[in-house]
Amino acid sequence: MALLEIRHMTHHFGGLRAVHDYNLSIEPGQVRGLIGPNGAGKTTIFNLITGIYRPSEGQILLDGAPIAGLAPYQIADRGLGRTFQDLRLWRHMTVLEHVKLAHYSKLRYGLFGAFFGTPARHREEDRITRRSMELLEMMNVAHLADQLVPNLPYGAQRRVEMARALATGPKVLFLDEPTAGMNPEELIQMMAIIRKVRQSLGLAIFLIEHRLKMVMELCDIIQTLVFGEVIAEGSPEEIQNNPAVIEAYLGKEIVE
Amino acid sequence: MEANRDKSPSHPPRGKGALRRACGRVPLLGWLLAILCAVLLEHYLGKALADLLGLRKIPVLLGVVTILKKPLLMPKTVLFVFLIYALPIGLTARLIREPANWLAERLMRMPVLIPAAVHLAILYAILHIWGDVSAYRVLTLKLTLIAVMLTLSLNVINGYMGEFSCSHPGFMALGAYATSVFTVGLFATDKIFGPALLPEALGVYLFPVALFLGGMVAALGALVIAIPSFRTRGDYLAIISLAFLFIVKSMIENLEFVGGPRGLSSQPDYASLPMVFSACALCVWIINNFVRSTIGKALNAVRDDEMAADAMTVNTRRTKMVAFMFAAFWAGVAGGLFAHVLRYVNPATFGIQKLAEVLAMVYFGGLNSVYGSIVGAVSLSMLSEALRPLEIFKWIIIPLLLILVMIFRPTGLIAFKEFDGRRLMQPRNRPDNEV
Ligand SMILES: Nc1ncnc2c1ncn2[C@@H]1O[C@H](COP(=O)(O)OP(=O)(O)OP(=O)(O)O)[C@@H](O)[C@H]1O
Ligand SMILES: [Mg+2]
Repeated sequence: MALLEIRHMTHHFGGLRAVHDYNLSIEPGQVRGLIGPNGAGKTTIFNLITGIYRPSEGQILLDGAPIAGLAPYQIADRGLGRTFQDLRLWRHMTVLEHVKLAHYSKLRYGLFGAFFGTPARHREEDRITRRSMELLEMMNVAHLADQLVPNLPYGAQRRVEMARALATGPKVLFLDEPTAGMNPEELIQMMAIIRKVRQSLGLAIFLIEHRLKMVMELCDIIQTLVFGEVIAEGSPEEIQNNPAVIEAYLGKEIVE
Repeated sequence: MEANRDKSPSHPPRGKGALRRACGRVPLLGWLLAILCAVLLEHYLGKALADLLGLRKIPVLLGVVTILKKPLLMPKTVLFVFLIYALPIGLTARLIREPANWLAERLMRMPVLIPAAVHLAILYAILHIWGDVSAYRVLTLKLTLIAVMLTLSLNVINGYMGEFSCSHPGFMALGAYATSVFTVGLFATDKIFGPALLPEALGVYLFPVALFLGGMVAALGALVIAIPSFRTRGDYLAIISLAFLFIVKSMIENLEFVGGPRGLSSQPDYASLPMVFSACALCVWIINNFVRSTIGKALNAVRDDEMAADAMTVNTRRTKMVAFMFAAFWAGVAGGLFAHVLRYVNPATFGIQKLAEVLAMVYFGGLNSVYGSIVGAVSLSMLSEALRPLEIFKWIIIPLLLILVMIFRPTGLIAFKEFDGRRLMQPRNRPDNEV
């Protein structure tokens, strides 16, 4: 049984068919890529799996249990962590607070601890502070822990968002264009970080990406999405040589 | 846990006056002791000095009222304030700087509860002695402490959570009436509730219970608003909570068993200064604990980006409902105290004007900040009392002040600042502890 399995998922926005008959199965430790032109429905697929929208049809199984219809916070708690294409950070909170907050559902001290500052609360807060600092170190942003996020360079913001997603303790990490808008130097850092995350945490990664070089280098299996439908699925070589993909998507970039 | 954030740059502040630097090295304990000296001085010598200067009585609120009423007395009043407050406070603070730092250092090595209790005890002594001079001062103090509770609890919703709630006076009313019915019904002889069932002296021990019940009733009222308001995303809260405010008011007006529009009186005299002070300190402590915990920080996350909060395992709806009820609880407790300070309530008190007052304190002091709420509530309460002699002009000056603050500091005077009691009480003799 795959870690995450999606069967025949379809979604309509009013009259628009955004995703049609989408299937996916991710094994533990696998890195999957999702590519496709703008507006193909990639982000919508992420939003459907993570519970922001409920699919019109189809099944989503995490560890064999259906999760379609659960609220996003419940799905996140069960092990799907994500980042957002349009960076959704909390602008009045520090970097460390971001990562600590992503431990929310695992906190056990409850309202009583929050109101009265019990020793249990201090122990737990200390524990998640330590864990958060470890994640920030892994992302090379530990030195920014006390900064508010709007003050950070763009690449650092992306890495904070990734540390935050990792703090939810995901089994599958969803990254929506983690290198969008980055300069080449930041891009190289990000690729190194993704490799590091994969190696040291051993979790599965599901990656949406526009930069083909990156997808080809990182992913085990790649899907190509056009108008909400998967037109090709396979290893990087297979995708690179697939005529349909070249026509629909790669063609443009190769010509460029 | 937030220790890292507190590391201030350790280079010495440049360009600040020597006076400012000298002040920075006095710990909070030193200031409190210095102020204690000043109020003691006033207590023992104030009357004599006032006579000597030809003032009729001790200036009540640092002389502002006296000056506004009789501008000719200004030099004498200023001299009085200088001799009783400014000079002794400055001198004492300088003189006891080293011992106070030493003491603060020793205290901070103990469990934090002990230094906190010492500081609070001195603060209470100051307020008590200062208030001893006149009943008017005591009343002003009590109402100010209640305003702090109201402002801080509204800040939880409007600042920390970033929603706009208008129902705070409604929660206050629920708390005020629930508490009053409890105490008047059990411990007072009243034409509505009949003779006292229990001796009045017993009631003061049950007063905290009454306040708690008042808070719970207010929290229940909040639940009524929270269920429809936080169902979906969108700005329903402002309008639903405003409606709630009017509904509560007219409901009380139509309830004959609590006196209808005439109000309810003969509350026993339970809201003494120590009682109000303790309630206020407890309120500040609990709310500050809450907003500094990761569970409380979820409010900030929901405010700044709800979708991201959701994706980071935060149950956003529950978070909002809990915070809303929590804030309402404290408004209810404040209402209960309010009713027992004035020993009379009527529904007209809890209307739009009250709402405007509390909102002004929240936005003036600063959003998302415990300091801000304390500063906002204290300064506006005091200002509103001090400017009373100006009558109608008071209602020009205060709004003008608010507008200025909104222009130059849109989020309020001290917004988005964490209130760290431990840091506040630190000794200030090492350069890295300066503020
Ligand atoms: N909430 C929504 N309501 C209606 N239509 C939507 C909604 N979200 C997305 N769409 C539409 O669905 C289609 C797919 O959008 P989506 O954001 O998933 O594309 P994408 O593949 O992520 O594109 P990009 O590469 O630009 O990020 C687009 O036509 C978009 O306009
Ligand atoms: Mg997208």
